Amino acid sequence: MADHSQCSSSVSKDDAAMTHPANSLPGLMTRSEAELRQAFLKQVELIPAGERIKRCIQCGTCTGSCPVSYAMDISPRQVIALFRAGEMETIMESRTIWICASCYACTTRCPSGIKITDIIYALKRTAMEKDRKSRAPQVQLLAKLFVSNLMSYGRLHEGTLIRKYYMKTRITKLFGFIPLARKLYRTKRLALLPKRIHAHAALSRIISKAQEIEMRAAPEPLAYSPEYVGYKGLGDLKLETRKGA
Amino acid sequence: MTVKYAYYPGCSLEKTQRGYDESVREVFKALGQELVEIDDWNCCGATVYMSVKETVSLAVSARNLALAEKMGLDILAPCSSCFTVLSKTNRILNQIPEMQRDVNEALAEGGLSYSGKTRVRHPLDILMNDIGLEAINKRARRSLGGLKIAPYYGCQIVRPDKGFDDREDPVLLDKMFRALGAELVYFPMKVRCCGGMLMTTFEETALKLNKELLQCAHENGADVIVTTCPLCHFNLEAYQGRINEVFGTRLDVPILYFTQLLGIALGLPVKQIGLDSVFVPLGGKITSLAEAAYA
Repeated sequence: MADHSQCSSSVSKDDAAMTHPANSLPGLMTRSEAELRQAFLKQVELIPAGERIKRCIQCGTCTGSCPVSYAMDISPRQVIALFRAGEMETIMESRTIWICASCYACTTRCPSGIKITDIIYALKRTAMEKDRKSRAPQVQLLAKLFVSNLMSYGRLHEGTLIRKYYMKTRITKLFGFIPLARKLYRTKRLALLPKRIHAHAALSRIISKAQEIEMRAAPEPLAYSPEYVGYKGLGDLKLETRKGA
Repeated sequence: MTVKYAYYPGCSLEKTQRGYDESVREVFKALGQELVEIDDWNCCGATVYMSVKETVSLAVSARNLALAEKMGLDILAPCSSCFTVLSKTNRILNQIPEMQRDVNEALAEGGLSYSGKTRVRHPLDILMNDIGLEAINKRARRSLGGLKIAPYYGCQIVRPDKGFDDREDPVLLDKMFRALGAELVYFPMKVRCCGGMLMTTFEETALKLNKELLQCAHENGADVIVTTCPLCHFNLEAYQGRINEVFGTRLDVPILYFTQLLGIALGLPVKQIGLDSVFVPLGGKITSLAEAAYA
């Protein structure tokens, strides 16, 4: 697949990609775009019936059903349109994927049976994997703190999570939680300290093994090819292989 | 008939939502079912982990499925988020053999394996479809006497495709409480999302969603909103004061878990079903019902 004949020895592959005449043609994409697509489609492969993303008819039922689309910068329908147009970068930078609360209203109503909520999850994972800057960094922060909380104790301790989150975002907001904490305490609903599960060591081993497996499955980095057009350039990802659900 | 379930309370039911935990345990006991808590269960990863890593998140939640499989029991998961994540993990592992292989390789590090046999169930499903209204009615000690309720299902209990109730217009809560003598108010927002974790990350948006839910119930004359999910419950309950501050409203709608209201109808003691842990005062109608039921 790699076509190194395009690159002279004095320019990097990226420069070659940028200056290649193919890239001035409409419909062709840059290497970073192609890499994002590859990472994203790899995630889509893991969704049962994920290949239905190809069936989108741009009707906008997803956007109309979404309770938070009014607060998004690009609508769920536009997410799919942008993916098709080779604008993964725009999707990665949006608030949209981070404001989705995964209520599955879109997935339930999509006339083409597209698992839109799962597609959004795949986009979130792609952004986390590529460590992309976003317009909603607080969501990535919360996700990271949640994961480290789970890793440390095996169970979630809400107090620790909220405290760490606001210490990193708006520390003054923590004072606003004092009345709530008191109410929780009075009604015996406040766990003061986190509790670690007994099998914590075993859980850690399971997690590191799963991480290792995940790394093993990571795709090879892409070399530049002038053929990154639409779905074609990624034809070897076999989007059609999995049926079901 | 007594049926045993592997009980998976989940992190929020352990403490902050003890009212849900206590009422689920008591209601199932009263109806002759046995709940055995899964020993040393871990957090399911919630919706958050799914947005970070696929294989890892599946392995984390699959540990619980494996523990239940070892017990030979189906899982009972009252939290909508746990219910969704565990069901989703189960479906993926059953449909994608490569994934099951990978996850099992990880689980082996903890001396566990999972073959895909555990079923994940929600208490509402079991109460209405297995135990049945007839048995519930027979055990009921008191009619809910025209109490006006707004049944709030939330999003994840029936979606994306849990299969035990309609995804757009679920009716099991309606049926249950109508049969127990309550009056169901018009509540078209029954499956509208509360925003869940957005209350932390996009507070403004989440406050608006919850204000709309509370207002809809209030304007239609509900005495109480009945919930099935700890996230919905916490947002509606703990942030009601903040909503009034921000929007200048004067909402004070009591929020109860459906198992708490069912517990009242079954005549269970107030303290055993966590009625002493509510934030929004229950109001005369519910209080007298609860006390009369106990007496």
